[in-house]
Amino acid sequence: MRRAFVPLLAIATAMFMYAPILIANAPYESTMGLVQKIFYFHVPSWFAMFTAVFVCGVESAIFLFRKKPSADRIAAAAGEVAVLFGLMGLVTGPLWGRKSWGVWWPWDARVTIALLVELTFVGYLLVRKFGGPGADKLAAAMAIFGMFNVPFLYVSVDIWRTIHPKTTVVPTLPGGMPGPFWFSVAAFLLLCALLMTARAHLEHQRAALDALYLEEE
Amino acid sequence: MITRLCLVLFGALLSLLLSAGPALAQPPQQNEFVPINTLPPSDQLPSAPLLVAAYAFVWLATMFYLWTIWRRLGKVEAEIHALERRGGAGVHR
Repeated sequence: MRRAFVPLLAIATAMFMYAPILIANAPYESTMGLVQKIFYFHVPSWFAMFTAVFVCGVESAIFLFRKKPSADRIAAAAGEVAVLFGLMGLVTGPLWGRKSWGVWWPWDARVTIALLVELTFVGYLLVRKFGGPGADKLAAAMAIFGMFNVPFLYVSVDIWRTIHPKTTVVPTLPGGMPGPFWFSVAAFLLLCALLMTARAHLEHQRAALDALYLEEE
Repeated sequence: MITRLCLVLFGALLSLLLSAGPALAQPPQQNEFVPINTLPPSDQLPSAPLLVAAYAFVWLATMFYLWTIWRRLGKVEAEIHALERRGGAGVHR
């Protein structure tokens, strides 16, 4: 993966540069017009966030139940990447909502749960950084808890009455929209994988540094 | 003298309020959906700045995050090399 990192990063960059061209040529949504094109970055950023959250949760479970330190390092990397993509979703969403709904933040079930999941992972990072001895296990439990919130976040629009579009939007996209959308999803997932790899490498190097210090003592 | 001044000011204020009254009145409350393209231009938000802001934020956040990883990695690797050099010098001594 390390040798493939730079070419894959170049591919991801090229995809992100080409995506706006595809999106500009995608058909306009009839009621929202131009601002609906935020959708092509907003939804994929949540897909990437969910992916990072699941990696973080599963690796945290492996760390807790099988006591593998390498799993904890991957979880730490995925947790940070999840916060990054969650932040993208939380910023792009209100920019779209302000025009479509007339408010920046409607405090309905979907956006409130999204904020809570984001805050759970911000808490995860804070516990890891400032929690002291044993914080890695506490943080791992938080990550599993955060992971189980994601399905609720996803189906919240179908369970509760919210202003947010339902989960049926993506499967029923009209002609001309699925192509740019899935292209953006692929670009975001590739970027997510690359960022997690780079961040996990940093954690492995930190572990190597700690081992060197222990060896010196 | 002061009473007369107050009366003049009060009269001026009253006449101003009466003349500007219709302009200050609240518009009738809206109780049904109004399509965005029928709103007056002053109430319509332009889409392009919101769209550009959303895309720019994604790019800037990614660049900033990559830069933080690169910077942190550089620090850790420099420390590793320093320790390895120190360890190597200790072996040779």
